[in-house]
Amino acid sequence: MQAFLQTLIYGVETGAIYALIALGYTMVYGVLRLINFAHGDVYMIGAFVGFYACTQWLPFKDLSQHPEAAAVNIALALITLFLSMLLCALLGITIERFAYRPLRNGFRNADAHFWGFVIALPVTAFVGAMSTTKRQGALLFAGVVIGFIMRPVMAHLTKRIKPSSSRLNALITAIGVSLILENGGINVFGADPKFIPDILPKRQFSLLGVEFNSSRLIILIIAAILMAVLRYIVLYTRPGKAMRAISHDIDAAKLMGINTDRVISFTFALGASLAGAAGFMVAAFTNIKVVPLFGLQPGLKAFVAAVLGGAGNIPGAALGGLIMGVVESLVASRYPQWRDAVAFILLIVILLVRPAGLLGKNTAEKV
Amino acid sequence: MRWLLGRIGVVVLTCAILLVANRLLIDNIKEYYISVLVLCGLYATLAVSLNLINGITGQFSIGHAGFYAVGAYVGGAWTMLMRPLVVKSLPILQTGTQLGDHLNLFIALVLGTVCAGLTGLLVGLPSLRLRGDYLAIVTLGFGEVIRIVILNMDVVGGPRGFTPITALVNDHGIPLVWVFGLLVVVVAFSRNLVKSAQGLKFLAVREDEIAADAMGVNTTRVKVTAFVIGSAFAGAAGVLYAHCQTGVNPDSFDMNTSITVTTMVVLGGTGSISGSLLAGIVLTALPELLRYDFIKDYRMVIFSTLLVVFMLTRPQGIFGHREIALPRFLRRLIRKKENAP
Amino acid sequence: MIQLRQKSSLFGALLLGVALFGIGCKDKEEAKPSGTGKTGETTDTASRGNTVTGDTIKIGEYGSLTGDNSTFGISTHRGIQLAIEETNAAGGINGKKLELISEDDNSKAEQAKTVVQKLVSNEKVIAVIGEVASSRSIMAAPVCQDAKVPMVSPSSTNPKVTAIGDYIFRVCFTDDFQAVVAAQFAWDQGYKNVAVFTDVKSDYSKAFGELFAKKFKTLGGKVAAEPTYQSGDVDFKAQLATIKGATPDAVLIPGYYTEVGTIARQAREVGLSVPLFGGDGWESDQLIPGAGIALEGCFFTNHFFSHDMTEPHILSFIAAFQKINPGKQPGALDALGYDAAKVIIEALKRAKSLDSVALRDAIAETKDYQGVAGKITLDANRNARKEAVLFKIVGKEFKIFKSYRPEQVGL
Repeated sequence: MQAFLQTLIYGVETGAIYALIALGYTMVYGVLRLINFAHGDVYMIGAFVGFYACTQWLPFKDLSQHPEAAAVNIALALITLFLSMLLCALLGITIERFAYRPLRNGFRNADAHFWGFVIALPVTAFVGAMSTTKRQGALLFAGVVIGFIMRPVMAHLTKRIKPSSSRLNALITAIGVSLILENGGINVFGADPKFIPDILPKRQFSLLGVEFNSSRLIILIIAAILMAVLRYIVLYTRPGKAMRAISHDIDAAKLMGINTDRVISFTFALGASLAGAAGFMVAAFTNIKVVPLFGLQPGLKAFVAAVLGGAGNIPGAALGGLIMGVVESLVASRYPQWRDAVAFILLIVILLVRPAGLLGKNTAEKV
Repeated sequence: MRWLLGRIGVVVLTCAILLVANRLLIDNIKEYYISVLVLCGLYATLAVSLNLINGITGQFSIGHAGFYAVGAYVGGAWTMLMRPLVVKSLPILQTGTQLGDHLNLFIALVLGTVCAGLTGLLVGLPSLRLRGDYLAIVTLGFGEVIRIVILNMDVVGGPRGFTPITALVNDHGIPLVWVFGLLVVVVAFSRNLVKSAQGLKFLAVREDEIAADAMGVNTTRVKVTAFVIGSAFAGAAGVLYAHCQTGVNPDSFDMNTSITVTTMVVLGGTGSISGSLLAGIVLTALPELLRYDFIKDYRMVIFSTLLVVFMLTRPQGIFGHREIALPRFLRRLIRKKENAP
Repeated sequence: MIQLRQKSSLFGALLLGVALFGIGCKDKEEAKPSGTGKTGETTDTASRGNTVTGDTIKIGEYGSLTGDNSTFGISTHRGIQLAIEETNAAGGINGKKLELISEDDNSKAEQAKTVVQKLVSNEKVIAVIGEVASSRSIMAAPVCQDAKVPMVSPSSTNPKVTAIGDYIFRVCFTDDFQAVVAAQFAWDQGYKNVAVFTDVKSDYSKAFGELFAKKFKTLGGKVAAEPTYQSGDVDFKAQLATIKGATPDAVLIPGYYTEVGTIARQAREVGLSVPLFGGDGWESDQLIPGAGIALEGCFFTNHFFSHDMTEPHILSFIAAFQKINPGKQPGALDALGYDAAKVIIEALKRAKSLDSVALRDAIAETKDYQGVAGKITLDANRNARKEAVLFKIVGKEFKIFKSYRPEQVGL
């Protein structure tokens, strides 16, 4: 019984993280019907922001030498949490603006500039590394130049291109963005594992024979708070209402005078900030290794969780995450090697039995 | 009669080209290039076979690596585990002899193809009721499940991989003949299928499933057929992969592989066989070519950025639904010349 | 108007298939005259192997410079580079400079094979140095063996690596020995009941665990539990809870540093407070950042090298090392990389001719070479017979705790 309870607790801890990431998937799916594959990598970026904040940007104290600095560290950790959320939100908006919006509205000049710059980055990073001086300057300059060169080329290429409505295209674009973030991460951060040092005092206590760990409880509490805030935003604020309107019918929402592009940006920002928070918390409070592929598995599992709960359904994503975490933990306690398979078997069964997910509504196919 | 002659002519020509190429390659090309060429051929096969499902039938599978894996492991298991048992009663399969090795590879190929096809049937029957994104997710899930099952099978090495698989005569050109031979078969099959009445059903399902249903096409059957054929070809590619690489690792069949193949199909133009073929070869060779250049550290970033830019600027892929064919291309050239003066 | 040609649909493909099978058979007949049976093959392959052309002697290196085990590859690379630079500064070999061609395998077994093919067939290197991880060495070694280019592994400890062929060497001990030392050590420490937590994804870890269990049982100990994990996992609590339930005296984790830190932390979280111990896969400056204080007082077996040692040849190695890498302390992997390169360089000096086949024979004759990580004598199985040390983790330092010679553990 104790062992079972213990396993359950572990499951809820993992599930909370899945839920946080799954929310981002489900919101984006709700408004755009797009599987945002890059979402798991936003989670990874959150972890890296946390890593750099904890080791370089912010004056965290080493607790083993300065035990009195705990209060300062807690305050700094909160700042890092917000920083992670903020930067990830910005990243989410950027991804939406330059990768997904051109799919909806067509490829514009601004997009050509942006992608020209992105292509220029690695090239100039190499040139910069060779010349070593004025690296940033060279980077910017070459980016702008290549952007300008690409502009007429792109304009020519895209002359006859209408915005694409193909799901397959959107999916591949999302996968491409995910690959850019992962491989860019390998170039920028390096592929070697990094560890965030202990920044918060940890306490271990047992209750009824079940082991609790203070840092994992913190994750649980913050996750709960964030989900409550999200629920408030979606249900009771204007952008939240607009989001729901778009997810019902994007064209009708447009006709009602909703600035859909802006609301979609907002949706991405919300989802990405949750993923960023999750990334930072996992990296800092469980001290697992931070690598550019940090988000691959959790992203996939969270995505399964989102589908499990019903893609596009916000409470469903939270529920799906928790279920995933618990089931995974239960299976892992007996058959650890099947842990990863369980997620997918669960997914397959749910989709075959109840394709709209646990809380989703079954809708008839429109002709 | 004429078409039969034509067909035989094509077959003879292909064989001749392959043989000559093989002779040239054995002597002149370095091992590294051969292994890149083999990979190009295999990925092109995978792309063309997935194109049958995603492009021609308009379904949405992103779990192709699973079937590739089934083929690789079944083929490997035959060669390493079954062959030593069978060889006692069938001395013709003796290891080390040219005939024995080729015959063995052929048997492995048949077994791998059949098993992958059966797996495709198993996966396809329940999941093809779903559509669009959901189908994609389920196939992805099945792909991962297949991989994890392999990870937990100790007979074939589990997570450490199934090595060595030593079957091919160590003559470095031979894998190429097999790989490109398979590619030719798969391309010819796909092309002929599209041109046949059967193929029209496939296209009809792609264009409008409901209309096709109304016209009396058994859509489920068509979809499952496409799925099974596509998986079977992927399995055949897997068998050759296992034997050419002299060993396989479950990591080679992860989600990334599936995604790479899907990318090839989409970039080449969903529905275009020649597009998939070209994309398969180019996208395999490109990262390897970039390995040589000064940008080798950044090759993957550049590759993925180009992928996104391509998707945004040319969403229908290189060829769209169109095909490139040499005769038509020549004809058009001639016509242009005639019109020119 | 679309023309329908249904009959041809399958027929053409079938015909092609049959014809292609024909090619395979035809080919064999054509190939036959070039040599009949085995003798033909050997005369064909004897001419292979790479020869030095031009003014430089090319030596290839493949390693995990990026990816999961990148600290392994980078450390080894530093050692190799030092050896090459030292030799070149001293005038090279027979007036020829050495050229090191390094390839990164991304910590992936598949890539290891491709890059070694590239080194051997395109760059025509005369010898190959690599890898640290046994799984990748096992993948790449057949390429070197086929091409008759000697490969010297600095620190792959799995017995299978050098068993691949007579062109594969190593300058470190094998797990046959390391695992036995670990078992002996555990017994000497008074652990009677030890759990073994292996990484099923790594040849190194699996062999280590099995060999340990075998030896430990013959010593009279008991293996309490044998759960497994896979490198890349981040959640080990389920397995650790199982281990806790078996109440062992200590836990052996023969894995790599990338997971060990997390495992140690989670072990403490589930309330498992017994000592943990492991092998040379723990050696990394990332071990302590990953583990925090969870590994305090734990042990691991390692190669015979520490920057605390005061023998003159080690001091001079450290001095040379720090000249190139200011502010860094060399570890066992740097030392082994250096030794691997040095063994090749010494063999090059003795080799009858500058080609890879002659080089192989020269390497095989290596005897009593004083490397920085112990004396190297390559035995008939192309393995080095060396001492092993046990490090104890004290704060952020690894301290030498004990050392074992092969004779001491009955080998």
